[in-house]
Amino acid sequence: MQAPSPFLAAENLACRRGERLLFRKFAFRLESGAACHVMGANGAGKTTLLRALAGLTTPYAGSVTRGGALGLLDERTGLDPDLPLGKALDFWERIDGCTRPEGTITILGLAPLLEVPVRFLSTGQKKRAALAALLNRAVPIWLLDEPLSGLDAETIAKVTALIRLHVGGGGIALIASHQPLDVPGMTSFAIEDYAPAPEEDYA
Amino acid sequence: MILALLRRDLAQFFPFTGSGAALPTVFFVAVAMLFPFAVGPDVNLLARTGGGVVWIAALLAAILPLEKLVARDIALGFFDQLKLRGATEEAMMAVRLLAHWLSFGPPLLLATFPAAALLKIEGESFSILLLGLLAGTPGLAAIGLMIAALTASLRAGAALSGLLLIPLALPILIFGAGALARGDPVSLGFVGAISLGLVAIAPFAAGAAIRAAREG
Repeated sequence: MQAPSPFLAAENLACRRGERLLFRKFAFRLESGAACHVMGANGAGKTTLLRALAGLTTPYAGSVTRGGALGLLDERTGLDPDLPLGKALDFWERIDGCTRPEGTITILGLAPLLEVPVRFLSTGQKKRAALAALLNRAVPIWLLDEPLSGLDAETIAKVTALIRLHVGGGGIALIASHQPLDVPGMTSFAIEDYAPAPEEDYA
Repeated sequence: MILALLRRDLAQFFPFTGSGAALPTVFFVAVAMLFPFAVGPDVNLLARTGGGVVWIAALLAAILPLEKLVARDIALGFFDQLKLRGATEEAMMAVRLLAHWLSFGPPLLLATFPAAALLKIEGESFSILLLGLLAGTPGLAAIGLMIAALTASLRAGAALSGLLLIPLALPILIFGAGALARGDPVSLGFVGAISLGLVAIAPFAAGAAIRAAREG
């Protein structure tokens, strides 16, 4: 990991989707080696939170600070659907300057799929491909949006192990998921705890 | 990173490698071929009106690739992943503009040779036409990119972008086709100037547009 210890923090964060306020007064700080599980029903704002933390959207209020590079894994993989998987991953490897991608491809069992166009991959296979792209970047902060959905039991165990390894190596992982996750020392919170009361006038 | 991105964008949009990307050029030649059938084989008439037809065909050919230009990569999360790696939207759009122009500008210029032959455009008129298209197509590409980025998050984006491009392209068309009608290469300077201005603002306008699309 990078020399200064990575961190990810949010202060007084509030986000909206359309006109609706999803959550407010949300604050946390994750230091090197921390894992955090974000829970919440569909539409509670998990994806919105992760995108705001990644700096892709501007939060309605509050601020996000971080030290260290950040990777986001969500349902939109950024892999060209028309290209064979190998070529699609190649592009991101070039961008990231990754020289040894074979390891991640082997770990995630992608070797037999390298010739298959990305659009023919199943949900779980796509997720594994996106994970490979994330691993190749070697960034200290991981934001994972539903990393386990669509995966079989064996792959779930693998992904959990990867998260443990990442956190154990001093990385940070923030995971939004419906499924339970077995990562030692992981904190968790429910996004609904920060939802505004129906009559509350937040400004 | 810029080079890798340009290579990827080019592979996506370039004729014969990208899927269906040769279509605008084929379309351009097809229009030039149909025109003599429609108005008859009168050589004088063709020579007088042909330049305008070539310009309109170029304009329409510039509309064809707009649908895939930006919206697809927004849906893919492609721009998001680049942003996470520290690229700015402006840089992504500048690269995209270059790739877009390279994918339809030069092929169009090449296709102007057979098109001009079909329409009996010769001598000085032909060089004015070619220079005009060389000066005008970057501007058309820039307008196209801005519109594609602005309409990317709209449901009827594809149909709308064609409609929006036509009035915005009018100045280029007026000076470009006007230079041809009057045999006056000076107007080409205006075409070039308009193009340059558009190329300069397009990455910023399109970049702001894809940022706004994310907030939606």
